[in-house]
Amino acid sequence: MKKSLLTLGILATLGSPAFAATPSEDPHIADLEARIKVLEANAEAMRQQADAALAALQATKAEVEELKQGRNAGANEAAAPEPAAAPTGANGNAFNPAMSVILDGQYSHHSLNPDDYVRSGFPLAGDAGPGVQGLSLGESEISLSASIDEKFSGQLTISANSENGQDTFGVEEAFVDATALPAGFTLRAGRFFSDIGYLNSHHAHTDKFSDRPLAYQAFLGGQYGDDGVQVRWVAPTDLYMELGGEVFSGDRYPSGGGGHDGVGVTTLFAHAGGDIGVETSWLAGVSMLRSRTEGAEDGFTGDERLYVADVTWKWAPQGNTKDGGFLVRSEYFVEDRDGQYMDPGNQLPDQAWAGMRRGVYVEGIYRINRTWETGYRYDQLWADDRGPFSSNYDPYRHSLMLTWRNSEFSLVRLQLSKDYPNPADVDTAVTLQIQTALGAHGAHKF
Amino acid sequence: MNKQIAFALLFGLFALPASAKLQVFACEPEWGSLLQELAADKVDVSVGTTALQDVHQIDAKPSLIAKVRKADLVVCTGAELEVGWLPQLIQQAGNQKVASGAGYFLAASQVQLLDKPTQLDRAAGDVHPEGNPHIQLDPYRVLKVADALSARLQLLDAANTALYLQRLADFTARWQAATKRWEGKAAALKGKKVVVHHVSWVYLNKWLGLEQIGALEPKPGVPPTSGYLSSLIGTTKSEGTYAIISAAYQDQKPAQWLSERTGVPVVVLPYTVGGDAQSADLFGFFDSTIDKLLGAAK
Repeated sequence: MKKSLLTLGILATLGSPAFAATPSEDPHIADLEARIKVLEANAEAMRQQADAALAALQATKAEVEELKQGRNAGANEAAAPEPAAAPTGANGNAFNPAMSVILDGQYSHHSLNPDDYVRSGFPLAGDAGPGVQGLSLGESEISLSASIDEKFSGQLTISANSENGQDTFGVEEAFVDATALPAGFTLRAGRFFSDIGYLNSHHAHTDKFSDRPLAYQAFLGGQYGDDGVQVRWVAPTDLYMELGGEVFSGDRYPSGGGGHDGVGVTTLFAHAGGDIGVETSWLAGVSMLRSRTEGAEDGFTGDERLYVADVTWKWAPQGNTKDGGFLVRSEYFVEDRDGQYMDPGNQLPDQAWAGMRRGVYVEGIYRINRTWETGYRYDQLWADDRGPFSSNYDPYRHSLMLTWRNSEFSLVRLQLSKDYPNPADVDTAVTLQIQTALGAHGAHKF
Repeated sequence: MNKQIAFALLFGLFALPASAKLQVFACEPEWGSLLQELAADKVDVSVGTTALQDVHQIDAKPSLIAKVRKADLVVCTGAELEVGWLPQLIQQAGNQKVASGAGYFLAASQVQLLDKPTQLDRAAGDVHPEGNPHIQLDPYRVLKVADALSARLQLLDAANTALYLQRLADFTARWQAATKRWEGKAAALKGKKVVVHHVSWVYLNKWLGLEQIGALEPKPGVPPTSGYLSSLIGTTKSEGTYAIISAAYQDQKPAQWLSERTGVPVVVLPYTVGGDAQSADLFGFFDSTIDKLLGAAK
């Protein structure tokens, strides 16, 4: 019956002299066309139902066959999805965020007393410096993270530090991510580590060495994190391309004073990456940080531009990077300052501070197997030959490490370094570090 | 009139990406192959890992972020198998289509899992709280996943529903016939005792009636040590072990070591699609697995 109606409809359409007219001009034809569409849809739906019925029939037949043979206990169990486990929400803890705890302990011996440590051309600011003599608590932190709702997720990281017998807890990160933005955009607001360079956005516990490269110490105080907003965009291309920018209050080194109504630092960054075959991957980027600084920790007031270029190259047999292979990473920093030096201790007279300083590190890591890893890092800084910290001497350092990993969650690292911070001193240091991760299984960046 | 043209152009711009093929990112090769079976050329599939990689331990590589960024659908095993990298890929890619909901498909959520630990403690090794995730080694579970995955494809790409239904029916018929064939061939394996490298084989063991009497890893995810391997020599010998099973991606040295000291043969199974020359697709993967297990008797 339906079929004959359909035929009739088609004939009527074809037979009509007004066939060429657009549907909107003849309501009668438009009506017929609409009905044909409905009938076609009906026919398609019936065909689909028939197919589905056939599939279901075959499935049932097979199941009956299976039951007859009395085989495969596993089959029935696989076919019946497990009833969802009863939510443990009665006590209100079911929505607790994922919690992970990083515990880090270190023993260091420095041949040069850390109190006498002077780095030519680079006053120590932020977390810069040789570290603590003897036993110390390293970068220990508690991190909580969870989805907030379908549009936001959040993270809070509290870090523990110990200085001169005083324990301090600080909010290292506290941010909200907007996860529902279209077209590959993400938005982050709160306190977080800037995405400039490579290491800066990585927590220190994912580093390959027990301390940060000299360039990070000199230009970013170890790691630059501040209160701000970030916009990131990932391009829909086969090659990984990420562009982003940030605005920060500018309270922390290398900035200071929360300059210009609390909007003291702006950044731009771009990263690209990909694979070469199955065994090689790479990531490279360029970044810029611009700061309008008022009274930074090292006495600088004025305009600063910091440029960073980073490159990471990894090779592993079959791409199994946790079982072997090599990693090479380097970052190059250029810092351009134009302003004044005002002594924080008010002892020296103000003077102009305009000039350029540079720094680089190169590290090579050899992953021997799942358990062992060894690596070498070379650090170099180039001081300015003008200004308040002018120096003809350029500090450098060699570091060598050996790491034993019992599992993904614990490691013991031995590091030897020879640091040449000024023309007169050499600091030979031995560090033994133990680091563990408790709780939620972290997913780390490349 | 101008307005109409403008509207048509605008509509065309937005309609264009929607009319393009569904882009699917599969974490593992077995799901890539299943997608081929269920959707043929109606979807573009990119697979994130190979059979020679340990999927527990993948880096959140830039190339993978780029793939997730372009995807309309992500198909992964789940049950925390990819916990070390998939969340990072999704967070980095900023692609809300696959962050949750219809664009996020986990195979392990479609079936019942074995070995769900009653007590969660990392002192027991790298345990998966939801159960053992290595479900691709049970044809019944694979079929269950196929049903759910086809339904997901129909939901996301309604225009090709008829094709997806037809492909599912076709796959189901071929898969069930093949399963019968595999079971017939493998009947001789029932009750055989095996030593495994990692506990990846629970579903295969259950399906074929193999009995696991030991593992080379002292605890799941902890690499074998010589001391622990030595302790396995006695059991492996005395229990009349049939084979030592290792996956193509694993280091074969520990298995060889034990084999040399016990005379029990090592069987290197493909573990997933692409794990050996014969495993070009899901059917070849199971053919090869059964053939290699039977080959240990010779």
